[in-house]
Amino acid sequence: MVAPTQAEAPVLLRGITFAYGEGELRKAVLRDVDLTVAPGEIVLLTGPSGSGKTTLLTLIGALRAMQEGSARVLGQELRGANESARVRLRRNIGFIFQNHNLLGFLTARQNVAMALEQDAALSEGQRLARAAELLAQVGLAEHLDKPPSQLSGGQRQRVSVARALAVDPGLVLADEPTAALDKASGHEVVQLLRGLAKSRGVPILLVTHDPRILDIADRVVAMEDGRIVSATAQNNAAA
Amino acid sequence: MSGAVLAARRSPGFAASTLLAVRLAWRQLWSEKARLASAIAGVMFACVLVFMQLGFRAALFDSATALIAAMRGDLFLMHPLTTASFRSEPLPRVRAWQVLALPEVERTVPIYLAQATWRNPETGTRRAIQLVGVDTDAGVVDFPGLEPLLDRLKRADTMAFDQRSRPEFGPVAQMLAERGPFEVQVGNRDMEVVGLIEIGPSFGADGNIVLSDVNFRRVVKERQLSSIDLVAIRLRPGADVLAAQARLRALLPPDVMVLTQAELTAHERSYWEDTTPIGFIFSFGSLMGLVVGMVIVYQILFSDIAGHLKEYATLKAMGYSNFYLAQVVLGAALILAVAGFIPGFVVSALLYDVIGSATFLPLSMDVPRATTVFLMIFTMCGVAGLLAMRKLRDANPADMF
Repeated sequence: MVAPTQAEAPVLLRGITFAYGEGELRKAVLRDVDLTVAPGEIVLLTGPSGSGKTTLLTLIGALRAMQEGSARVLGQELRGANESARVRLRRNIGFIFQNHNLLGFLTARQNVAMALEQDAALSEGQRLARAAELLAQVGLAEHLDKPPSQLSGGQRQRVSVARALAVDPGLVLADEPTAALDKASGHEVVQLLRGLAKSRGVPILLVTHDPRILDIADRVVAMEDGRIVSATAQNNAAA
Repeated sequence: MSGAVLAARRSPGFAASTLLAVRLAWRQLWSEKARLASAIAGVMFACVLVFMQLGFRAALFDSATALIAAMRGDLFLMHPLTTASFRSEPLPRVRAWQVLALPEVERTVPIYLAQATWRNPETGTRRAIQLVGVDTDAGVVDFPGLEPLLDRLKRADTMAFDQRSRPEFGPVAQMLAERGPFEVQVGNRDMEVVGLIEIGPSFGADGNIVLSDVNFRRVVKERQLSSIDLVAIRLRPGADVLAAQARLRALLPPDVMVLTQAELTAHERSYWEDTTPIGFIFSFGSLMGLVVGMVIVYQILFSDIAGHLKEYATLKAMGYSNFYLAQVVLGAALILAVAGFIPGFVVSALLYDVIGSATFLPLSMDVPRATTVFLMIFTMCGVAGLLAMRKLRDANPADMF
């Protein structure tokens, strides 16, 4: 297998098998999945519902306890990792959800700054300044102090992109980030995500059903019935 | 490109993270002002209820022992069957003289207690009043205002009226000021009010009069002077009170108890606390107030969590620990405790004034009680927070995708 001392891939999965339920009701959702994401690579995970792609994402994101196989994420072995180790790992992962999940009672800037509150090195002023900077990068410099309710769907998702990138993550995980958006704003959001990730060299693993955004990927991985069925390198894979 | 390495970040310390959690809790509460107002009102309601119940309770016990507390004495004798001073069991007066056998006893004074009917000098209605008969020369009983009246009380058929008695006894103070000493029917006798003292009504008696032992006998005719209710004992200066108490116990037959003033007060108090349901009623009332307040706070916190499950799950996904979210919930609970206590305290202090002047009960706000109530409210909100916190388990970031 891989020696952990070498500069290793941010995501390195070997023989991941996962099932829900017990006994008769046991239902396997992942069977012997191997996947590697290289530094700076943008990988799209597609496949029909129930193909296990979302479960795979939650395992990589350390949101779920592993069952079988080995998963090294950002150098951390997740097999047998306890809750506090997983919580620590999550602080280095940027999450983008289908819904923006911004805190409604905070402004856009406060929402982004909250992602930085777990770093004691930053003062409140530095957090807010950094949040403003990130929001400017996603084109929301004019909307810093608006609550999510006063932003459009695309703008909200851009705030959550800024929030995911605020912590300088080693990896970004996104789940259907465009599902709730129209074509134009959906495309805008993923282009933004791609641009920011590429400029920082952050790899992205993105689950999607949306064929309209396949063009942002370096590689598209298709899943079916808990297995990876094909991996296609995209033309525009130049990073 | 370099390999991915976990960035070594130092998480904020306990104090800093608590502060951030409380700030988040405050922002969440503040964003829904109507809900915040109803939560604060709920805490305030509980606060006022507890303050009132504890206030009444303390007023009851204070007033029940006001009479006892005013008597000067090192030791007291009382019949063992006496449960409360307003309903005392007589003991033989000879016990008072037996006590003088001890060399350290300087003086002893028999005290007579009874209730009689007082006829309101204005309307003529009758009402029971507490009579305190004592040898006024002995200097054993002391009430504010009694000193200058001592000479006048030596005359036949005179008495001093407690001006803090309930107003149903008539405008005695006013009449005394307008026309000087006047006669009032007490029992079946016309007695002259010669002055005013201050004791205060209790739950056992709505008002008090103090008179000499001889005048007491004139009103309460059926009472033998040899049958008394209480003996106050004054020891010589420097005598050991507890040693004298032990010697008196050995000396006297078992038909009397020998008590220090503190024990006598405690005995009187324990009657109201333990042998009447009154103490329990107030404790129960306080508890109900706290339970209602807790349910309100729990409801508010619970619905806040339930309404923000996705956001909380997102925070967990971002690497916030369960502990941090628990801090947010507890922080909200404690904010509500403080925000509800302050207006509750102010309203209670005002109500104490209003009710105190209407009922003549000694209701007053004091620091120990305010501290006690604050701790109760704090605990109430804390428990509500701990209960609501269980809902946080439903915020599972793995279900977010």
